[in-house]
Amino acid sequence: MKRGLQPFHLAVLALGFGFLYVPIALLVLYSFNASRLVTVWGGFSTHWYEALLGNEALLASAFVSLRVALVSSVLATILGTMAAFALVRFGRFSGRTLFAGALYAPLVMPEVIIGLSLLLLFVGLGIDRGFWTIVAGHTTLGLCFVTVVVQARLATFDRSLEEAAMDLGATPLATFRAVTLPLIAPAMLAGCLLAFTLSLDDFVIASFTSGPGSTTLPMRIYAQVRLGVTPEVNAISTLLIGFVGFILLGAAAINRLRKPQGSG
Amino acid sequence: MRPLRRLVLAIPALWLFAFFLAPFALVAKISVSRPLVAQPPYEPVFSLADGWQGLWDKLSRLTLDAYALVFSDDLYLDAYLSSLRLAAIATLLTLLIGFPLAHAMTRAPRQWRTALVLLAIAPFWTSFLIRIYAWIMILKDEGLLNHALLSLGLIHAPLSIFATEAAVLIGIVYSYLPFMVLPLYTALEKQDPALLEAAADLGATPLRAFWRITCPLAWPGIFAGLLLVFIPAVGEFVIPDLLGGSDTLMIGRSLWNEFFENRDWPAASAVAIVLLAILIVPLVLHERQQVKERAA
Repeated sequence: MKRGLQPFHLAVLALGFGFLYVPIALLVLYSFNASRLVTVWGGFSTHWYEALLGNEALLASAFVSLRVALVSSVLATILGTMAAFALVRFGRFSGRTLFAGALYAPLVMPEVIIGLSLLLLFVGLGIDRGFWTIVAGHTTLGLCFVTVVVQARLATFDRSLEEAAMDLGATPLATFRAVTLPLIAPAMLAGCLLAFTLSLDDFVIASFTSGPGSTTLPMRIYAQVRLGVTPEVNAISTLLIGFVGFILLGAAAINRLRKPQGSG
Repeated sequence: MRPLRRLVLAIPALWLFAFFLAPFALVAKISVSRPLVAQPPYEPVFSLADGWQGLWDKLSRLTLDAYALVFSDDLYLDAYLSSLRLAAIATLLTLLIGFPLAHAMTRAPRQWRTALVLLAIAPFWTSFLIRIYAWIMILKDEGLLNHALLSLGLIHAPLSIFATEAAVLIGIVYSYLPFMVLPLYTALEKQDPALLEAAADLGATPLRAFWRITCPLAWPGIFAGLLLVFIPAVGEFVIPDLLGGSDTLMIGRSLWNEFFENRDWPAASAVAIVLLAILIVPLVLHERQQVKERAA
């Protein structure tokens, strides 16, 4: 029996990844189309990107989305890291099953249910919907993803490092700052980025929790998509993909730079 | 527990209670309220000022009308059944595509594998909405697929895929494929190749070895993938709304329309509660599987 990559496997890989990436590649390609008709290639043009710069409503909603994503991803990282510590380090405390359940359920729960329940909460409490209610929704979703990522890192964590620091006379707080935090920082960063992009991309929860004046970018894109396929949507989509890609590559570069220090 | 520990647990626990658990009680409460043309558009509204008598009066005004509506109107029943059917078909299709892909990934040279895993998850980092939009562009009657097939002479009239259930299935499979590939890959990668060699030495055909060894060992990954795709797919709103036709019924869409268009909040809440009741079994299975996985 032969192991390794046979032509059949290569074909499966090509087809599978083709299926995943060809639609995105086409979307990017046609954002540079001079023609307004999507199927007709009318030559290369950056016209649609220039048109975006004049679209103030779109820019305003992009700004709202960025602010929401920044605030909610930072909050989600703090809360998610705490939750991960509680799950990994605190043993069997009462209510652990419920706590873990509430952390894992939002990973798969249909977004319409999360969105509706949050909206009913805000209406019930008489809170005006806007920037902070979207932040609350996105933080809730994001913290669950941060928990899963940080928990995985904590579970494989060598605790003798912390014990060594304590034996050498470090206070628990100093141990946390000097030993624990640097070791889990890459996982926290990964979780934070995940929460950031989830927030930036979310349409359903934002629709339920936003109010007048806090229209997010995906809500604006959705409204345009419903009207039909336009090169402007391709252009804004390409920018969004490029932005997220840039952040991910940046994070990977930071992690690579940190590594020699950490292991040295 | 030490005070600091208590705080580390209490803060996220309180957050989840306030923004995830408690809201479900509100959804349940509003599902037994009456719709009203007012702000908020339902009654009764409970308040601390009511006193016991007022509370009792208001409790007696609660009603199961919204549930009666959901269970008596064929439109809802059809929407639930059609959501379950479409999600089940799409989940199986995702498995049929995801399994060979994950399997081929484990056969790739070791130095490629990390890159392949990253490539498989990367679409998850790009906007859901944008990926669905890309398929509108491709599948529309005057879209890229028809354009390509027509100019190649493979078809003579455009295919109508857009605004049908087929488009919704393509959308779900495409969007959720990474959720299937990742657990499958993790399960398949752990398998010892020596097992297959042993099976071959004992005279098993590759197909039989695959069926008797690879599949059973990959079951935890298959099971995780099925749940990760099926549960959110049942309640999907964006995909049926953008890729489906006006006759494509899915319950997430019914909930959305009930809420945003008809402004019938009790009906939308009842739809949500019934959806949760349907999903409770797969949700509990998912929870147990997560707990097991994280504990391992």
